[in-house]
Amino acid sequence: MAGTNPEAVIETRGLRRVFKSRRRQVDAVAGVDLNVSRGEIFGFLGPNGAGKTTTLRMLATLLPPSGGTARVAGCELATQQDRIRERIGYVGQAGGSDREITGRTELVFQGRLYGMSTQAAHRRAAELIEMLELEGAADRKTGTYSGGQKRRLDIGMGLVHSPELLFLDEPTTGLDPQSRARVWDEVRRMHERGTTVFLTTHYLDEADALCDRIAIIDYGKIVAEGSPEELKRAIAGDVVNFTIAGDQQRALDLVKDQDFVREARLENGSVHLYVDRGEVAMPAILRLLDAARLQLMTVELHRPSLDDVFLRQTGRSLREAAA
Amino acid sequence: MKVLRDTWLVFGRYFGLFIRNPVWVAIGVLQPVLYLVLFAPLLNPIATMRGFPPGGAYNVFVPGLLVQLGMFGAAGVGFSLIAELRMGVIERLRVTPVSRVALLFGRALRDMFSIVLQSLILILIALPFGLSIHPLGVVVVLALIGLIGLLTASIAYAVALVVKSEDSYAPIVFTAALPILLLSGVLLPMSIAPKWLQNIAAVNPLLYAVDAARHIFNDNLGDPSVAKGVLILAVLSVISVVIGARQFGRAVA
Ligand SMILES: Nc1ncnc2c1ncn2[C@@H]1O[C@H](COP(=O)(O)OP(=O)(O)OP(=O)(O)O)[C@@H](O)[C@H]1O
Ligand SMILES: [Mg+2]
Repeated sequence: MAGTNPEAVIETRGLRRVFKSRRRQVDAVAGVDLNVSRGEIFGFLGPNGAGKTTTLRMLATLLPPSGGTARVAGCELATQQDRIRERIGYVGQAGGSDREITGRTELVFQGRLYGMSTQAAHRRAAELIEMLELEGAADRKTGTYSGGQKRRLDIGMGLVHSPELLFLDEPTTGLDPQSRARVWDEVRRMHERGTTVFLTTHYLDEADALCDRIAIIDYGKIVAEGSPEELKRAIAGDVVNFTIAGDQQRALDLVKDQDFVREARLENGSVHLYVDRGEVAMPAILRLLDAARLQLMTVELHRPSLDDVFLRQTGRSLREAAA
Repeated sequence: MKVLRDTWLVFGRYFGLFIRNPVWVAIGVLQPVLYLVLFAPLLNPIATMRGFPPGGAYNVFVPGLLVQLGMFGAAGVGFSLIAELRMGVIERLRVTPVSRVALLFGRALRDMFSIVLQSLILILIALPFGLSIHPLGVVVVLALIGLIGLLTASIAYAVALVVKSEDSYAPIVFTAALPILLLSGVLLPMSIAPKWLQNIAAVNPLLYAVDAARHIFNDNLGDPSVAKGVLILAVLSVISVVIGARQFGRAVA
């Protein structure tokens, strides 16, 4: 591939995937260009059905792309699938352990699949069990595990062969806050050991807190990419959200052409403004509303969040889209 | 060789699941016993009737029972695969460098093993009741039934990987199994069928298996139909393993 970056662990150009069924055609992934560098935690943020899992499955050799090219862990996706499989770990959305098998047996078997000897696989399984603090559960059937234990085991299976790149599809969905925090810790520890982590998430705070860089995906297309800081900074200024008594449209018409307003729209029945400086905008807005005899009901001023990034790019709120 | 090593690994996983599940093992042993206890008493009066083939009741009916066991014992294996698809187990295995042939063959071997074991139990139980068979005949007939199991299991897995749901899998597999069984001569010999039905039955591999099994139990190991039956099933088994392995390799979308 032209312009190959030696630091890139994942590099895709125009990656596409179409699902055809009798009645309709779904462009699940519609031309995705990605660059993931060695050692980073890369987050894929998007609502249900955005194409996150489909992209991951293609990059993990589970699903052939309909178009485009990709290099994964230094190998061509189209021709070197076997070599890619040796270098990556993949933890699917559904996990991957059998309810009838103990966690330890699963880890050992996984190690054997990667070519380890029985002893080496046992040693590695014991190491992972200790690392993931699964000592109490390792010799029970996985069907008896709590959600958090199950998720840690799934991650352990992805780590058996110490891959240079680990895919995690929604590693924390459905977990309680405590289990979630432990998974985050685990991801950070992998990061410290130099593993590249590519994870998907619905959660804004997760993308924000955990990821070095994120890509926001919607309807199969990347709508924004960068570090969480960069993305938020690109929105610039602050966000003001307010409602008035009566028709919100009147308030919107009133403020949208003011100098201090960069962008204004109605969002879920409230007026949503991107302004240069919140502390300057607020009094101005209040004066305008007063002069027009509009009664302010609620007002909120905050720094832009990733939700605002998503909203700005797609016109929808991620919270709404993901609900 | 990688394929062999991987096949052994995969076999070990599914064999372990089988052996650690007492219900499966009990059913595996109980099934052939039921076949004999509930079916054999019907045979003795019939065997004394005029026109009954020579060789005694057990030697006439056990081959048919074995073929049936081979096919129906393996027709349901897709259910566990569908459960694994749901748990994400299959995706997890497919993302490792494990050989795709091993993913199919290892598990089909386990099914083959349990079917051969059940067949052996059935034969051993029938012996005191008057079944007579040469030890070499036992080996050949077990190979034959094992191949039926391998063939059926591979196809069953391929179907399960395509349809991915029990709701479609069950009707497809059992609807397909019915005509194959009816036209195999297990229940009634196809020699009494009208010509058109015989022509249809001629493409049924199980017909040749039944024919071969009957000859083996008739102490006719040298009969060409024995070699023919084994060969046909061996070739078809290889083809079905290849088809099944390709389904494992292909995206399970
Ligand atoms: N095997 C398939 N056959 C047909 N359509 C599919 C298939 N897999 C995914 N799709 C469709 O492709 C689109 C993208 O799905 P995908 O699973 O990649 O979304 P996602 O971003 O992972 O969503 P979620 O957050 O809900 O997991 C969806 O519209 C989905 O219905
Ligand atoms: Mg998904």
